[in-house]
Amino acid sequence: MVQVSINGSTLQVTEGITVAAAVLGAGLRHTRTTVSGAKRAPCCMMGVCYECVMVIDGQANRRACVTYVRNGMSIETQNGTGPAIANPIHE
Amino acid sequence: MNNHYQLAIVGAGPAGLSAATTAIEYGISVALFDEQPALGGQIYRAIESVPEQRANQLGAEYLRGKKLAEIFRKSKVEYFPNTQIWSINSQREIGLLQNQQAKLITADQVLLATGAMERPVPFPGWTLPGVMQAGAGQILFKSSAIIPADGVVLAGSGPLLLLLAWQYLHAGVDIKALLDVTPLFNPLRAILKLPRALMAHHYLSEGLAYKAELKRAGVKTLHGVSDLQAHGEDQLQSVSFRHLGRNKSLQTDLLLTHFGVIPHIWLTQAAGCAHQWDNGQQCWRPEHDAWGSSSIDGILVAGDGAGINGARCAEHAGRLAALQVLHALGKFDRRQRNRLAEDDRKSLQKERHIRPFLESFFRIPLTLLTTPDDDTVVCRCEEITAGQIRAAVAAGHGDSNQVKFLTRCGMGPCQGRQCANAVTHITAAACNKPVQQIALYRGRPPVTPLTLGQLSSLCVQEAK
Repeated sequence: MVQVSINGSTLQVTEGITVAAAVLGAGLRHTRTTVSGAKRAPCCMMGVCYECVMVIDGQANRRACVTYVRNGMSIETQNGTGPAIANPIHE
Repeated sequence: MNNHYQLAIVGAGPAGLSAATTAIEYGISVALFDEQPALGGQIYRAIESVPEQRANQLGAEYLRGKKLAEIFRKSKVEYFPNTQIWSINSQREIGLLQNQQAKLITADQVLLATGAMERPVPFPGWTLPGVMQAGAGQILFKSSAIIPADGVVLAGSGPLLLLLAWQYLHAGVDIKALLDVTPLFNPLRAILKLPRALMAHHYLSEGLAYKAELKRAGVKTLHGVSDLQAHGEDQLQSVSFRHLGRNKSLQTDLLLTHFGVIPHIWLTQAAGCAHQWDNGQQCWRPEHDAWGSSSIDGILVAGDGAGINGARCAEHAGRLAALQVLHALGKFDRRQRNRLAEDDRKSLQKERHIRPFLESFFRIPLTLLTTPDDDTVVCRCEEITAGQIRAAVAAGHGDSNQVKFLTRCGMGPCQGRQCANAVTHITAAACNKPVQQIALYRGRPPVTPLTLGQLSSLCVQEAK
């Protein structure tokens, strides 16, 4: 098991599963809202529909269905286009 | 990872695996790239880690993947999982991303074995949380052992829907109803294709066995369903439909839909390969010859990404493509290539006998593909409705790409993967033209999301 945070709540989830599987298993009904505010949730689970984009470890627009859970991962529902980029990559 | 390979393969499903293990035997350098952390593609997903009980629930065809994986593991193919391909061009220059680091490599020959995706069919309410594709249900089961706890409604048409129902039955899932939208006259049409289909009768006997078992178990199956709609405020609450002239409704918080599968062509498009409309399969696919060679020299396709033929065919097509690659690299002459191909060629032909029957039997009605309702969202990303697409066409934009420029339809994160087919159908119907006359969306790299930071990591690498 690994420990992740889903919208601020700490949760133990099975190792080796995707973020989408983890949040669906945790009973999260929607994983993002569109720009107009409509609620959406994972749809294809294979990386082609982009409905499951979430804010993962502070980075927006990450597909939850092709991202795998990691210990200490922060997973948040993405509202619209998500938070402004706060962590540009500096080498 | 080297900067150059004689053969680069994208996709670790049946086509990619069989091609890789065939090619490596002749001493060439082979790299296999795949987005997933484990091999098997979608069809054999989690094949190396699945517990025995779940494997049995998934059925005998799924277990075929075990042997492919074993042979592959014994080979010397360089395998790069967790690797996203974000670009490929006609010069066989491949852009990939691994651990946030972008990289460009080249290859003498490239095999794109990118597989299939569910055919997205917009219907009222299809964007609601709680409405998912049947393949998604299967993936959750295969890789995470997650099954619907409060029951499920299955709806649509195609072999996968039947297979999923059978798998769920064995896993003890409550199937509230199986709503079959296959038009009732389809079986009559398909009967002409039955004699040929009998030459690949294992598919038929398998399907019939699933059906019989579902019936014995008392799974409620309604045939000839139409007007499928999903309802709910912020999430799915019920499903409505028409059956035998009556409007019906079912309470459910999960609806899994399936309308057949189509080739995943975003890489062949990015490379600039020529594509054609396949009328039997109701989708676009890359043009290719009997060896899988696309319209671009040195780029080949195999498996469902080249046209839907199923996992068994993908294995054969992968090997045939590998033989062509080896021939192109000068490993043997044309005659030897043809001789080595004989068994796979024969098996491929045999397996393919089922296809015309399946395509005819599960043909999706045009009324469903053109989304009659103007209010239905077609482009899920940019929230563009069928009505807005029709308005664009009425304003004189009689082409998918023009509709895209005008409405932003297909310009969201999925880059048109979910709306391309529907937009083609709606535009064709609104222009009163055959679908094949409507150009497909032009695909451009990056094919998968790439941040500017990741892209700039290319320069950092070069500077070093």
